[in-house]
Parts: sequence; C-alpha cells; structure tokens
Amino acid sequence: MAVTVYISCDSGALALGAERIAQVVSREAQQRGIDIRLIRNGSRGLFWLEPLVEVLTELGRVAYGSVQVHDVSGLFDSGFLSGSPHPLFLGLTEELPFFKKQQRLTFARIGLTDPVSLEDYLAHDGYRGLNNALTISGADIVRQVTDSGLRGRGGAAFPTGIKWNTVLNAEADQKYIICNADEGDSGTFSDRMVMEGDPFVLIEGMTIAGIAVGATQGYIYLRVEYPHAHKALNTAIAKAYAAGYLGQNIQGSGKTFELEVRLGAGAYVCGEETSLMESLEGKRGLVRFKPPLPAISGLFGKPTIVNNVISLASVPIILDKGGEFYRDFGMGRSRGTLPIQLAGNIKCPGLVELAFGLTLRELLYDFGGGSASGRPIKAVQVGGPLGAYLPESQFDTPLDYEAFAAIWAVVGHGGIVVFDDTVDMAEMARYSMEFCAIESCGKCTPCRIGSTRGMEVLDDIINGRELNKNIPLLRDLCDTLLNGSLCALGGMTPYPVLSALNHFPLDFGLTDQAEAA
Amino acid sequence: MSMNKEQDFGTPARTASTLVNLEIDGFQVTAPAGTSVMRAAASIGIDIPKLCATDSVEPFGSCRLCVVQIEGARGMPASCITPVAEGMKVVTQNKKLADVRRGIMELYISDHPLDCLTCSANGDCELQDMAGAVGLREVRYNPQGENHLNAVKDESNPYFSFDPSKCIVCSRCVRACEETQGTFALTIDGRGFDSKVSPGQNEAFMDSECVSCGACVQACPTATLMEKSVIEHGQPEHAVVTTCAYCGVGCSFRAEMKGDQVIRMVPHKDGKANHGHSCVKGRFAFGYATHKDRITQPMIRKSIKDPWQEVSWEEAISYAASELKRIQANYGIGAIGGITSSRCTNEETYLVQKLVRAGFGNNNVDTCARVCHSPTGYGLKQTFGESSGTQNFDSVMKADVIMVIGANPTDGHPVFGSLMKKRLRQGAKLVVIDPRGIDLVKTPHVKADYHLKLRPGTNVALINAIAHVVVTENLVDQDFVQERCEKAAFEKWTTFIADPRHAPEVTEAVTGVPAADVRAAARLYATGANGAIYYGLGVTEHSQGSTTVIGIANLAMATGNLGREGVGVNPLRGQNNVQGSCDMGSFPHEFPGYRHVSDTETRTLFENDWNVILESEPGLRIPNMFDAASDGTFKGLYVEGEDIAQSDPDIQHVHHALREMECVIVQDLFLNETAKFAHVFLPGSSFLEKNGTFTNAERRISPVRKVMKPLGGYEDWEITQLLSNAMGYPMNYSHPSEIMAEIARLTPSFASVSYEKIDRLGSVQWPCNDETPDGTPTMHEQSFMRPGGKGLFMLTEYVATQERTTRMFPLILTTGRILSQYNVGAQTRRTENVAWHSEDRLEIHPHDAEDRGIVNDDWVGIKSRSGETVLRALISERVQPGVVYTTFHFPESGANVITTDNSDWATNCPEYKVTAVQVAKVSQSSEWQQKYEAFSQQQLELLEQGSHHA
Repeated sequence: MAVTVYISCDSGALALGAERIAQVVSREAQQRGIDIRLIRNGSRGLFWLEPLVEVLTELGRVAYGSVQVHDVSGLFDSGFLSGSPHPLFLGLTEELPFFKKQQRLTFARIGLTDPVSLEDYLAHDGYRGLNNALTISGADIVRQVTDSGLRGRGGAAFPTGIKWNTVLNAEADQKYIICNADEGDSGTFSDRMVMEGDPFVLIEGMTIAGIAVGATQGYIYLRVEYPHAHKALNTAIAKAYAAGYLGQNIQGSGKTFELEVRLGAGAYVCGEETSLMESLEGKRGLVRFKPPLPAISGLFGKPTIVNNVISLASVPIILDKGGEFYRDFGMGRSRGTLPIQLAGNIKCPGLVELAFGLTLRELLYDFGGGSASGRPIKAVQVGGPLGAYLPESQFDTPLDYEAFAAIWAVVGHGGIVVFDDTVDMAEMARYSMEFCAIESCGKCTPCRIGSTRGMEVLDDIINGRELNKNIPLLRDLCDTLLNGSLCALGGMTPYPVLSALNHFPLDFGLTDQAEAA
Repeated sequence: MSMNKEQDFGTPARTASTLVNLEIDGFQVTAPAGTSVMRAAASIGIDIPKLCATDSVEPFGSCRLCVVQIEGARGMPASCITPVAEGMKVVTQNKKLADVRRGIMELYISDHPLDCLTCSANGDCELQDMAGAVGLREVRYNPQGENHLNAVKDESNPYFSFDPSKCIVCSRCVRACEETQGTFALTIDGRGFDSKVSPGQNEAFMDSECVSCGACVQACPTATLMEKSVIEHGQPEHAVVTTCAYCGVGCSFRAEMKGDQVIRMVPHKDGKANHGHSCVKGRFAFGYATHKDRITQPMIRKSIKDPWQEVSWEEAISYAASELKRIQANYGIGAIGGITSSRCTNEETYLVQKLVRAGFGNNNVDTCARVCHSPTGYGLKQTFGESSGTQNFDSVMKADVIMVIGANPTDGHPVFGSLMKKRLRQGAKLVVIDPRGIDLVKTPHVKADYHLKLRPGTNVALINAIAHVVVTENLVDQDFVQERCEKAAFEKWTTFIADPRHAPEVTEAVTGVPAADVRAAARLYATGANGAIYYGLGVTEHSQGSTTVIGIANLAMATGNLGREGVGVNPLRGQNNVQGSCDMGSFPHEFPGYRHVSDTETRTLFENDWNVILESEPGLRIPNMFDAASDGTFKGLYVEGEDIAQSDPDIQHVHHALREMECVIVQDLFLNETAKFAHVFLPGSSFLEKNGTFTNAERRISPVRKVMKPLGGYEDWEITQLLSNAMGYPMNYSHPSEIMAEIARLTPSFASVSYEKIDRLGSVQWPCNDETPDGTPTMHEQSFMRPGGKGLFMLTEYVATQERTTRMFPLILTTGRILSQYNVGAQTRRTENVAWHSEDRLEIHPHDAEDRGIVNDDWVGIKSRSGETVLRALISERVQPGVVYTTFHFPESGANVITTDNSDWATNCPEYKVTAVQVAKVSQSSEWQQKYEAFSQQQLELLEQGSHHA
C-alpha cells in the first residue's frame, strides 16, 4: 500500500521551498520505484519547520523539518517513509509542544486535510454546523452565535451576534454577506491560512450566515496578493456548488446562498468595511461615514453582514458544538479562541490558536522561543500596523480585548511582530505615519494631510530639530488624528506612534519619559 | 459661493413628518427625522464650523471640522453626518472640540498659499472664515513640507479658473457635478495626500465632459474654482434677485453687482424653479448685454438701400408713427401689425398687443410662440381647458415613469434636465420618444428603459399606438375617466383608438418602432404608478403638432396621470416667456387669458377698460402677414424682440415679404437679421435693464429686476408706450407694476397677481385668484378648467405629412438645439459660449455619409424643395439612417432656407422638424448663402455709414 506523505501547499511553506521539495520527493520515490500518496495539505503553522514533511505511520503523522532539497535523498535512504530516525526527525507532529499546547477550534482541520477535498472536509466534521443550522430558525442560529460570545476577529471585536441580529431584523428585498478577506495587517496570516488550508470552513460559515439572516448572496473580498487563496477558494466553491452546498435549494432545504470571490486592487484601506463595499460596488475605495451601519444600509444600500475570515470560519464549530461550547473558552468578555500569529524577530514564528487569557510573555517565550537573533526583545507590535508597541514591562498583559484596551493597546487581528533591542522606535513611529500616508484614502483631512505632516515632524525629531516644538506638535497631531479621523486608519495611527514615544523616549532624543510628555 | 451670504444650513432639508426633539448647547430644537445635527443647530442660529458640508449636496463627512460631542456617545461624531435623535444632548463648543478643530485647520493651512490679501476669494472664502472661527494663530509645521502650492492652474474654461494650489479637496465640486448637475465630469484622482480634483481622467476642464453649468464653482468654498470676472474685477458689493432671460425653466438668479456692472450671475438658492442650480447660459453668458454690437441710438431710413441715420427718440417715434398712419391711410386699417416675442416680459407683450388692438385698431398681433408652442396652447385648451402645462418642475421628483417626447431637456432645459436626471438616478423609469439619440438615452447613471426611435413626422401614429395598447390591454384608469372626463367623447375615442389600424404591429411600418417596444413602453407608462409626460418642439413643430398634443392629453387622461404631483402633461417651453407671451393675449384671436376676440362679453370688458372700440374678427397670424405682404396688402410691421428673418421657416419667402413692406420697425438689442430689412430701429433693453415679469414653463411668474440703466435710454415697455401715444392712443404707465395691475384686473387667472405678492413670495404660479391666492402648483386637481369641468377626449387620426422623401430628396432633416447656444444665437453668439459651439453642423449617420463619400468636417450641401444651404458634416450615430439633423443658431447656416411652408393644421406652427432633403459633398457655400452674405455685408456697411454720419 502506498505511504501517505504530506507536504504543505500553504504560501508560507511554498515561500520556503515546499513546492520544490514536493517535486523532488515525488521524483525520488518514482526513481526508487516506491509508491507514495502525496497530499498537499494546509500548513500546521510551524513556520520555522517549513518545509515540513509529514509521513503517516502506524503511530500517527510524524514530521521531518525543515527539509531542504539536499536532504531528500538522505530521508529516503534512512527510511523516513516508515517513520525512521533522521537528523530532521521531529517525532509525532501533534506531540510537538508548540502544537500540543494549542486549542485548535477554528484551525481544527488546517494542516490535517487536503484543503480542496470536500470528502476530506466531510470526513473531518465538515458541514455539521450547516446541517444543524438548516434545522433551526434564523433567529436560533443568530442566538447560538450570540451565545458563543464571538467578537469580530478582524480587529474591531464587535459582537458578531449583535451584528447578525441587526441584519436579521432589517427588512429588505436583498441582503448580503461579505467576507472581509483583505488581510493587510503586517505580521498577520491567519485568514490566508484558513482560505488556503481549509476553504470549506469559510464557505460553510458564510452559508450559515446567509441562511441565518436571509441573505442569498455572498462575496469574499479577497486581497489580490493572495493568488493561492484565490485558487483554493474558487476550487472549493465550485465543489460546494456541485455537491449542493451552495446555490439554490442547499441540501434540499429550499434555501439559497450564492457565493463569489471578488479581488481587491491592493489598497489597505479597502480592508475597512465601508471602503471595501465601495470597492465591491466598483467605485474608488473611499471610506463611507457611519451611520448608516452596513447592517442597515451596506452593499448597494442593502443590509449587509461584513465579517472577517476568522469570525466566519469560527461559525461552523459554534453551530456544530453549540454556542456554549465555544463560550467556555476564553476570559472576561473575550470568549473562544484567537488564532495568534507570531512573526518578526522570533525564533519560532507561526500560528498559535488558543483561548484568550494567556500572556504575551508566554506567547513570546513559551511558544516563540524568544527572538530569532538571540538578542533581548525590546518591543512587540500587536494588532497590525495600527497597533501599539508594547515594551517588556507590559509583556504580562493577558491576551484579552479589555486588558489590552486598558493599557491603550489593541489585540486587533492577533498579529504579533517582534523586535529586538536593535530597533529604533522613532524610525518605527515614522514608519507608522508613512504607512498611514501611503494607505490613506484621502477623504478625511486629518488622515490625508496629517499622516504626511506626521512623517515630516518625525523626520525633524529624528534629526534632532527643535524637539521642544516638535514633540508637542506630534502629540497635538496625534490628538487630531485620533479624534478627527473618519476611520480607524487615521484614528489608530497614533497608537503605534504615541506608544513608541511614550515607552521609548530615548529613541526620540529625549532623556526620559517626563520630557516626552 | 456668493456674496451677502445666503444662509447655508450645511446639509439638505429633510421632509419626514416625524419630528425629533433634542438639545443643542442647552437649547431645545425640533427637527424632522433624518435632519443632521448640523442643520438642526443652524436652524436655531448655532453655526458649527464646517468646510465640506453645504446644503446643496448630501453630507460627506470628510473635513471633520464639524465634530461635536453627544452625551452618551463615544468620541467626536461629525455633526453633518449624524442624524438627530430624540432626547439627544449635543455640545458644539468646548476645549476638546476647539483643539481638534484648530488642529485640522492647522493641517489645511499647512498646504495652502498664504496670499489671502491678494486672493480673488478674499472676503468670500470659507477657509478664511473657518480659520478665524477656530482661532488658528500659527502653523507650526515645517514650511519645507510636501505641498501643492505649485500646482498648475487650468484656465481652459472661458468663464472660470481652476487653481488646484488653493484646493482643500473637500469634494464639494465633485459632489455638485454628480448630485446637482448629474454630469459626473469631476472626480478625485489619486489618494491620500496626492488626492486632487480632476476633470475626467486628468483632462483640462474644456477637454472633459464638463458642461460648464457652474455648480462646481458655486460649491467651491475657496478660490480654487472662481469666476474669471471676479478675478478681474474683485468681489461684488450688492446683489439683486432677478430671473434668467434664457430658456423656459426661468431660473432665479442673484445678479451680483459692482455699481451698475454685473460681476457675476449666481443661481438663487430660494429660486423655486432652479433651487440654486444653473446652466452655462444663465450662469455665465450674460456678456451680450454690454457687447459692442449693442445699438443704443434710435435710427431711421427711407429705404433698406439707404444708410442708417441716428436720430433722437422723438424723431424716431414720430417718424415710425407717421409711417404707420400713412400706410393705414393708403392701404387700410389692417395693413399694419405687430409681432411680440417670447423673450419680452409679460408687461411688454401685453402692451404690444394692446397697442395693436387699441392703437392700430386691428388684431394683427402675433408672437413667436406661433412657431413653437402654439399647438400646445390649442391642444391643451381643447382637452383640459387651459393652455398650459399641468405641473411644477418639482413634481418630477415624484414621478415613477417619465416619458420624454420630442424634447431634449439636458440641452434645451438644462436645469430641469438635471432635476429629471436626479429623479432617474433615484430609480424612476424612462421612455424616450425621439428620432435622435439625445443624451438622456444614455448618460452617466441614467439609461432609457425604452428609446422609441420613430421616423420624423410619425408622432401621431406612435402616440395612437401607445393609446391603443392602453385601451385594448385594459390599462385604462376607469375610475379617473368616469369621474373626470366627458363620457360620450371618451367612448367615441375608445372605439376609435381600439381599431386595429392603430395597433403597434400595424403602425410599426409607419413609425419604424418595433411593436414589442411600443407595447412595453405603453404598459410601463400606464401601470408604473405616477407617469409624467414631458414634451417639446419635437411634438409641436409638425403638420400634426396639435394632434399630437391632443393625443398626449388623451393618453394622460386615459391612464389617470393628471391632477396630482408626479404626473401630468408638461410642455417644456423653449424661451423664457413662451408661456407668458401666450397668456398675455399676443395671438391674433385671443385676449389675455386665452379668451376669443369674438366673445362679446370679454371684448366689452376690454373696450370699457381701454376706452376704445375693438375689432371682433381675429387678425393675421405671422405667416399670413408674410403672405399678405407678398400680396401687397400688408405694409407696416412693429417687431419687438423677435428675429423673424432668421427664425421663421422658408426664409426666402420671409425675406421677400419683408422687402415688400414700407415700414418695418425693429425694437431689439442688436442689428439682427430682421433689422437688415427695417426702416426704423428702436434700441431695446436687455433683461438687466428693465423691470417686469417672466412666466416659465410651470406657469411661474417671476420678477425681472432692473440692475442697470437701459443703454438706449428706455425700458422696452416705455418705447411701446411712446409709440402708442404717437399713434394717438394714450398710455400713461409709470411702472410695469401698473401694467400688471391692469392685467390682473382684466384676467381671471391673474386676478390676485401683483408685484407686491411676487416680491413677498418670490414668484407665483397662475391661476392665482381669490380661490388660489398663493398660486397653483398642480392644475386640474379636482376638475378640469373646461366649462363643466370635464376632460375632453378627442380623435387623433394620423395623417402623414405631405413632406415625404423622394428620389430627389431621400433624407429627412430635423432640427434642434444645443446646450451652449440659445435659439437664433443673437445673445449667445456674442458670448464666450462659442467656445463650445462655433458653427452649426449637419449630423449624418455613417451609412448615409458613406453612401455619399462624406467624411467628418466635409462641407455638404443640404437641398430641399425650398432652398439649399451648406454646412460641415458631423458623422454621428445619434441620428438614424435616413435622418439628418442640424441646429439653427447661426444665421449664415441658413437652416430655414431649407425648411418648408408646411405647418400645423390648427395653428400654423411650422413643420420645422420634417424636411425632405438631399445631402451632397460640395466645395463652396450655397448660392443663397453667398447672396445673403453680400446683403448682410452691405447692411453692416449702411450701419457703419450711418454712425459716421451721426
């Protein structure tokens, strides 16, 4: 019988050479006359071990990593197909501490299955949530989601059930479900991993959302920089249609849900839900003011749910196991699990799905293994380019929306970017302003002009010019951005800028924090 | 923006019936639900700082100056986009808000030239005002920072300048172009700091789709978009509200003045016809009033071969009167007459007809409405009982299905066209019936549901086919018809129209319109809730013009689309005072108020008031005057404000008639084409130089106010009065208000109209009398104006025009107009509007052009049985094969050399819209054009000699 070998098709693995490894492994097996069954799975999220080669043995899946081309022939020689020892041998994948300590709910299947195999999906508890949903009322579906305590994983952490309920109660001839897959935050990749590694779970989540609120059309607004996700989604959507999981009369229920992937055009601001809808409507990606809320008047003026990939991908397990099951994970008002993405200067970068509540320090050291450079970690930025920089003194903060808010930081989409002590935080602050300037849609004045002025003021500060004038000016500008901006892009740029200034005054040419104030 | 600022509430009014109570800065306010906090605050005199908000466009929420704090709400919401809520408590001023506002202003000014003192907007700049309001005292940002201070000006538009270095990217111009005008010529290009206003795709204004309506200039809060006249002359110092003298929309304007010089014309926000919008003509093309071609001295001459001689007013008037008296003595009372114009005020027109009836002692008075909307007067009078449109313009905002027949609102009635487009963008359905692809058929965010592209001259067949569908498919509004219309006539009509000869499948062969489209359009109109018909000269200027008008009236009655908002039959009047000139009794058979001269009671009323015996037989219509002149029985003519020698059909016949007359008196601004055949020239006054009223297409009587002294010395009504007195019939008015008082006294539908009321209300729609003292926006609400109050269905048999294509003349020529030029062009040709349209062109379909070897810009001869002229070709698929099209704005084009003497059976309105022609490539102008050019040149020399002599 052929031995089953898993080599990831995830972009992260591909970037590290997984495609080449897959080719070489196939060729080597052929040359040696060995019959193998090569499955291109999603990634387990242990990126420092990619390309990771897993072999299905009697004991379970054992891993070898990270495998380079020149290792392949040696792996065959040492009998890796039967799980034999080799310098790259890691043991059972699921016994690796990084993996074993996780609580994988949303990512339950990712890395385990062939992403575009509907059979594989069904064999691993797929579509159980939808099947349940089809037997209860829309209001009951929404109640399950509300009970689960799920909050928007895109970053805003708005209770998903409340948003759904608004759309459920809105009267309209047409409603829409939009999946915001414009994952543009630096250091984040969990959306991508879901779409590449388990596209059906997103499709199922959207279908449940559609059935819950009476929306018959869904769109996945996908960033153009994710070609592999695009392909995986389209393949999975086609299979879901073919098997009656999308389209009219889903699984004989009489319910309709159509789904389509639309590509963005490379603007970060189109990850903001209102400009996303403008873009979907074929217009410039300009932020709309709220109210009206998208849930009342969204895409083409119709009631619309806009949810992030992770939020929607968490719905199937909630409907499968019940809102209470999901709610039992987490702390305080942050319920369930969060797929955290460790990136930057970190020894073990990867995806860690865990219930809310563990501390940054646990993540950075117990999971991440400290900095990649071996130097002390000076700062981490949590929640993307608009998230605050946290100094070592705040590493004991638990991952919890409210705990982060209390220290003027954000959990956001769960991306953590690590910097060692060689980083210049004034340069990072300048970068934040530059990012805002490059990505500003140009609608509101604070963001349109303020971000460029912010870069200039920081240039003056970095060059030591008139700090007594420029530091207060920077603070005033941040106030203007914070209070005056139309959306979070301008409104949150002060988070990284001011946190850098407040926590690292020396990098700004100041002698202490008092001077920075 | 304008001087003497009209209050800007920041966001448009909302009309919800639910009222919301809230508290702003401790004051109680009540506002309709949906109103912004900003507007609610403004309503009690609290001005929240703002830059991107203005009440002519929907809120945008971009400048962020208008942030407020609301009890219980997070952060600082922008008041322009925050709707009022019950019990809301709003704070508009505190330290935190002040800091944010100052911070924003500091950012604005960090990228703005600091040249306020020498800036054209100095004294009229919202950015400057806001810098003051928020107390900005310094800009701390590094002056070396990135900026747009060197952005290059776009001076391509003749009337306004675009200086992007002063732009604050508030998008008011972009939104005005979209929401107010509906052209979508402007956008924001780039993003972030690079965002900039861009006409089209980074084109110059003149190269873009901009139609120069001025909405963007009006919306701009800075000097970025600024009238060149203000840049040249500085800010105006006073303003006078008056009414535009161009088309029948009758826009209200503020003439913004420096002394007696008009600096700019600014659309008046309170104008009920235009609500602060304008077009390129009214907004900018007023320079003709002070053009060097204006003739300001009276002139006389014995013969048209003689040089003109400048004389005193006394001499000119006394010469004119003596000539008219001599002619009457020699040829009879009926040998003279008068023609008034739809460009004159109501009071002027009234006086001309009074002069003719009382002073000349005959009824030989007519008006140019003869050649445009006389079938409307006839058809609507017969069916509905009143010669007027049934709605106000705002009614279109409640229409669900709009049917546009033979009208081109975006060119001919642009401000109303914009309103209609707004409604269409909101989702109203559109049926266009027109041989040609007018803009409305497909324009940004508007597309006709059905374009019935009929053959010119087959209107009646098509309208009948639509009515046939309504009747045979049981789409008649039986309740309406039973209650509101004459039963016997309706039944007779039903039988007539149900006949299979009117079925769309049969008429298709005649009209060329597929039967399925006719049926679908008919169903849409009959069943789509509020159906409103708008029509123009494409309906009236036909041999069966009156029949089509009647057919339209039948259709509206049958479907119950009358008597409420959102429906109706709406003639779009070409000139500013077509409605008024007709109302004022300028037709030979009717006294003011459409009462026949043979009606003894009415005649007695006027005889008693005017103290004169009046003729009971109708007088000559315009074409009859020409025929009589050619026959030698009509010898003297007083023409006020009308250029019959260019605008009337079969122009060679007209010219011949004029040459046969012994005394042609022209009262006009310019030596127009008619004046070249004249013996007395009386300098007229432009709309800026006199008082009076115009009545627009919605029966709205609006004030015309004098903002400068008449260049020739007299207002036009005064000249008519002088002539009347010289003729021996005394007139003694000291102000046009006295003329209006007389009109009101003698005309039931005007009984309660007075200058005092017009001043008070801004304008008023007749009927305005004891029953409706504030006027009548919607006609026929309870009953029709006919005796007995019932609507009358009339039979409308289709009779093909005699003007048919033949082997010799295989194409049909139809005519129309263009946005930038007005009518015969006497005004607009003397403005910068020629930048858009400097010559009339012949539109021809590529197939017809190919057959004739014609390419774009070729000179082509257009020949009909009446004559021949030469124009340059414009290959266009707007016209269908077999149809060619031209405009008639330039006298040398000679469009009316080709048009024939065919006319409407009921009213003699010329058949301008159908002329069989042949088109061929030529190398020189036509014989007529050459002869006419020589004549014209000679006349100009005679004028030149005359002024030298003086």
